[in-house]
Amino acid sequence: MKQVRPLTITGGKIVAPHGIVDGAVRCVDGLIAAVGGDVNASEGDQVISAKGKLIAPGIVDFGVFAIDKPAFHFGGITRAALMPDQSPPLDYPSRVNYIAKSGKPDLWVHPLAAATRGLEGSELAEIALMRDAGARGVATGRNWIGDSGVMLRLLQYAAMLDLVVVTHAEDAGLTGEAAATAGEFATRLGLPSAPAEAETLALVRDIALAELSGARVHFRQVTTAAGLDLVRAAKAQGIQVTCGITPAHFMLSDLATADFRTFTRLSPPLRSEADRQAALVAIGDGTVDVISSGHDPRGPEDKRLPFADAEPGMAGAETLLAMVMGLVRDEVIDMPRAFELLAAKPAELLGIPTGTLKVGHEADIAVVDPEAPWVVDRRKMAATADNTPFDMHGVQGRVRALVKGGVAVTS
Amino acid sequence: MHELLLEIEQFCRRHDISETRFGELALNDKPFVAQLRSGRDLRSSTGARLRNFMAEYERGQPVSAAISDRFPAGRLAYPHRDLTGISQLERHEILYLLASAEEWVELNRGRSKRVELLNGLTIINAFFENSTRTLLSFEIAGKRLGADVVNMHAAQSSVKKGETLIDTAITLNAMRADAIVIRHGSSGATQLIADKVDCPVLNAGDGQHEHPTQALLDALALREALAARGEGGEDFTGRSILICGDILHSRVARSNILCLQAMGAKVRLCSPPALMPQGVEIMGAEPFHDFDAALSGSDVVMMLRLQSERMSGQFIPSAREYHHLYGLTKARLERAAPNALVMHPGPMNRGVEIDSEVADMLDRSIITSQVEMGVAIRMACLDVLTRAGRGVEGWAA
Repeated sequence: MKQVRPLTITGGKIVAPHGIVDGAVRCVDGLIAAVGGDVNASEGDQVISAKGKLIAPGIVDFGVFAIDKPAFHFGGITRAALMPDQSPPLDYPSRVNYIAKSGKPDLWVHPLAAATRGLEGSELAEIALMRDAGARGVATGRNWIGDSGVMLRLLQYAAMLDLVVVTHAEDAGLTGEAAATAGEFATRLGLPSAPAEAETLALVRDIALAELSGARVHFRQVTTAAGLDLVRAAKAQGIQVTCGITPAHFMLSDLATADFRTFTRLSPPLRSEADRQAALVAIGDGTVDVISSGHDPRGPEDKRLPFADAEPGMAGAETLLAMVMGLVRDEVIDMPRAFELLAAKPAELLGIPTGTLKVGHEADIAVVDPEAPWVVDRRKMAATADNTPFDMHGVQGRVRALVKGGVAVTS
Repeated sequence: MHELLLEIEQFCRRHDISETRFGELALNDKPFVAQLRSGRDLRSSTGARLRNFMAEYERGQPVSAAISDRFPAGRLAYPHRDLTGISQLERHEILYLLASAEEWVELNRGRSKRVELLNGLTIINAFFENSTRTLLSFEIAGKRLGADVVNMHAAQSSVKKGETLIDTAITLNAMRADAIVIRHGSSGATQLIADKVDCPVLNAGDGQHEHPTQALLDALALREALAARGEGGEDFTGRSILICGDILHSRVARSNILCLQAMGAKVRLCSPPALMPQGVEIMGAEPFHDFDAALSGSDVVMMLRLQSERMSGQFIPSAREYHHLYGLTKARLERAAPNALVMHPGPMNRGVEIDSEVADMLDRSIITSQVEMGVAIRMACLDVLTRAGRGVEGWAA
């Protein structure tokens, strides 16, 4: 829906890149027209009162596996970068074009083009055609590309097209059919496991190839202490790499798998407590660029199975904001940095003019009460499936109003 | 005579003693009750003696320390509905199951091996993975206790995926099984089924997770062997027990680590690095890669079977090479403690992990005793787990 009438969100605390400012945000023609303490609603404007809560950019969820509008809107997500692992995979321009329009007007989907045909990791897909059809990046999918030659050619090609390459950082040879990280819990439970070094190996190769090719490489999830050290070091050398993480890996460790609960079956698998602590440090010191939901709703046919036979993934869109608000409360990060991780940085990776409350940017805005308490209850979820590992967790932080392109989203 | 049998059955139930135990206490004749049921003649003097015994027992003059005196009463002795793994058990619960199994060993050695304890109950053996000896052992155990035993063979390939496992569980439940015995190729599958059914579930091996009845029968066989040498005790305090073979993929090893440690033993593990899981030290076991070093000072050597598909280059270059490094030969056994016992959960690859010469040593190998104890352990487990359902006093859930 095109914005026909100006909209002003008043009486809130604006989350600006360098701090919190009391004021209002006025949106005209789908864009932000004015931001700040001296902004007022003009006559004839539609007005939303923030009632003293946060006025924040809408979340740009980087790397989801399903379009799940009710869950995204519940979680304050106005844009989502969709992984190419669809059925059929997004390895063809017409599929990209179709899916790019599928969420409009109140949710924008930014497809990530499949790097290789059928996501098989051997032949390059038609990346340039897919870019022109609406793809905002290239992704290797759920898996790592094992052939280093293919990976180098992919990175060179993506660098030429100036597209970010989103990769999965797990060496497939080591990972095999593993469902857990090697360690005490995998041993006690008898789960097929791979050492955490599977991530290190994948990162070492892909950082070297990123440097060689000059491509922008984004590791969708880096989850181990050693892996985060590698990314930190690569950034210090000026290599164009970025990395993300999902809340499960900074909230939970492999202890959570102890009762074979398949909602904790994730890819990469949950790591040790030491790795979880390292992830919190890396979020705090700026090594981590993006926090995303990894939203992957799975029904009982995928999850009501023995642990190793179940499909990996969690429904994360609804809990993403609350988990990141938890990091702010725990003083791991401050509020402006929280929305940099959730919105500004992912928007920058995709090259879209949104993610910060700045004049001229798309008017994608969430009114957030960061303190509002609620209990995650899988029986009452908006998502298409209930596979959350945070069931019955008490959390804080909730969206009070959501605006997409200057128009209030109503559920 | 029918009347007397009924009285005896009620008495046994009331005092939580098995029928063999009753026979032993009353007449020093373990199979007595079973024989009585199958029509043994009874002199009137014997009948009087039995009634007298029961009356005295009731008056609170137990003849000797029965199982009920050594363990908590009723359900407190084993407060779980299922047996999914050794990890759920306390030490005294393990000892209770072993003591209960000991009562069945004698019956199994007699001519008449059947009691009517589980009369009318239906036990389903749902095996999603191929098995010969474990299935047979559970079947015999159930039948000797008088239950109706049904075996369900479900080829792993056809029922692995989708809702089918849960659907199968719900189906078995709807058929009103009184106990379900599960073997499945995936770790945690037994727990998954146990969560969906109303009756006790016994784990007969789930993936690489646990095989609790194997660990219990190993403990029982070992305890009997030590007792026969006059070195017996209730547990294995101070003994070093070595488990050698494919630890990584072995549920037998996992259950045995937990069970043997609960019984006071020091557990050593030996395998090539690729077959040793991470974190066994945290579980309290001592890992070795050098078989000779691991053998030195070990009181018991338990060899595990190595799957043939793992010996063709993936984990081990060849069976010949495995035997060279990890095969238990007579000469190698000399490095262990004097008179060290040899165990193997079977089936054996003779000439690969164990030489025939060793496997067949009468004074050292207790491999056939392990099989024998398996039936007794499974009888004990079926008896104990069905007590709540049978309404045995003190066992209501």
